[in-house]
Amino acid sequence: MKSHSRFVISVLAFGYAFLYIPLVFVVVYSFNDSRIATIWGGFSTRWYGELFRNDQVLDAALLSLRIAFTSATIATILGTMAGLVLARFGRFRGRTLFSGMITSPMVMPEVITGLSLLLLFVTLQQLTGWPGQRGFTTITIAHTTFSMAYVAVIVQSRLLSMDESLEEAAMDLGGRPGRVVFDITLPLIAPAMIAGWLLAFTLSLDDLVIASFVSGPGSSTLPMYIFSKVKLGVSPDINALATLIIAAVSLGVLVAWIAMRRLRN
Amino acid sequence: MAVDNALNRDQLWRHVAVAVPYLWLLVFFLAPFAIILKISLADPIIAQPPFTPTFDEGRQLLASADNFKFLLTDKLYAITYLRSIVMASMATLLCLALGFPMAYGIARASTSTRNLLLLLVVLPFWISFLLRVYAWMGLMNNYGVINNLMMWLGLIEQPIQLMYTDFAIFVGLAYSYLPFMILPLYATLERMDLDLVEAAQDLGASRTRAFWDITWPLAKPGVIAGCLLVFIPAMGEYVIPYLLGGSESLMIGRVLWDEFFVNRDWPLASAVAIVLLLLLVVPIVLLQRYQAKNEEAAT
Repeated sequence: MKSHSRFVISVLAFGYAFLYIPLVFVVVYSFNDSRIATIWGGFSTRWYGELFRNDQVLDAALLSLRIAFTSATIATILGTMAGLVLARFGRFRGRTLFSGMITSPMVMPEVITGLSLLLLFVTLQQLTGWPGQRGFTTITIAHTTFSMAYVAVIVQSRLLSMDESLEEAAMDLGGRPGRVVFDITLPLIAPAMIAGWLLAFTLSLDDLVIASFVSGPGSSTLPMYIFSKVKLGVSPDINALATLIIAAVSLGVLVAWIAMRRLRN
Repeated sequence: MAVDNALNRDQLWRHVAVAVPYLWLLVFFLAPFAIILKISLADPIIAQPPFTPTFDEGRQLLASADNFKFLLTDKLYAITYLRSIVMASMATLLCLALGFPMAYGIARASTSTRNLLLLLVVLPFWISFLLRVYAWMGLMNNYGVINNLMMWLGLIEQPIQLMYTDFAIFVGLAYSYLPFMILPLYATLERMDLDLVEAAQDLGASRTRAFWDITWPLAKPGVIAGCLLVFIPAMGEYVIPYLLGGSESLMIGRVLWDEFFVNRDWPLASAVAIVLLLLLVVPIVLLQRYQAKNEEAAT
């Protein structure tokens, strides 16, 4: 293998600096004592203290976590079914529409998804009276709809890269197709399902635009709360919140990485 | 009898596995588009919900294409759609210029470094999108990190206006969507046979020549997939133009949002969404074709 050219190395360095320097400054300024967020006023952890005394933040975070947990779980069930259907069921009537509907939510601009779902909920409410209130349920449905697509694609590609011989052998030995799915296929795709669940969970925690459309008065998710604050400019307690999120994500990824390396060795 | 039951159960399981996700998507993904279309043909009224019904009491059709006529004749909207296309394209090109050499470098690194480099590309994905855009507000402020640094270095005397400009939107888009470019590029470059490049060089091709004649054509599916993955969401972006752009640097996602939330003109917002969707149909179909191709190549 050839060693890297100087050009490639400098672009790599620049690219990673571009990706990470903004985050570094958020972390640094979260320890800034000054209320004016861009002027350094000495080291302090006061914004972290204020964050934990802020009930609005805690409520919003709790709502976001509940929605993320519920929608990721439903999305994993539906997405795994869809992935199985796409990878193993061959052709059936309506397959083209099915695979189109699976992949489209991933590339649809969020403003369109959000608006269309809200209009659906409003129309349903006119016709049936449900959903009486928009909030936890409607946001969960919206998040499930776009994240099940990601789960389906992960499960499908895992199944396509996997040898079918184990499943075939189980069936040759007399296993019924339904049983084979539960005894052989599902355990084999469990890692893909876990990866899909984690992705769905993060996507839900991350979403601002769709949640803003389909939520009602009184239910703010964490991104909606953050957005209402940062609209007004840089704020030190949001720096502290961002730092906590960055720390949690980095820690989680680090643990996952070490666990994966252990498993491989 | 027992065998019959088992077979029926298998049939049942297959039907359930198809029907449940299918129904979910029909109701929560496809039906909403029919409703958007229906409401885009209505007129706004002050009521709950704020649009006219499709049929009046005498079951007369009330639909009109006024909203679309307005969008097509009003200059502001034409300019906004055009600006969105230009901004999204420029951000896509910047991502490509930065992402291609990065993906190339990652694909050619040793296995252990490669995994670490890939992890570092994916990591920002898991950190809130909103907070990553927010991070740039602190950098680009008039008294933010960049201006302070340049004044300290003596490059400028007065802070220069970075925030609330097209430049800020452009940087924000490129920053947020760079990983979308790198990942598909990496996937194609990693599969590429390096011997081909070496063979070309052994036969006397220069490095540049070998790049344009061998590497670039082979990387094309990844380039196209990456560009579309950046371009499509960038076109409809709301958060970045809102937080980093000025009030006059309009992009269509923001206009849609304002029509809906500020002016409460739901029919017009629906019409804006439909025109945006029509503009994106070709890129979306292209992307699905290339992703299918890339997947075939991978297996």
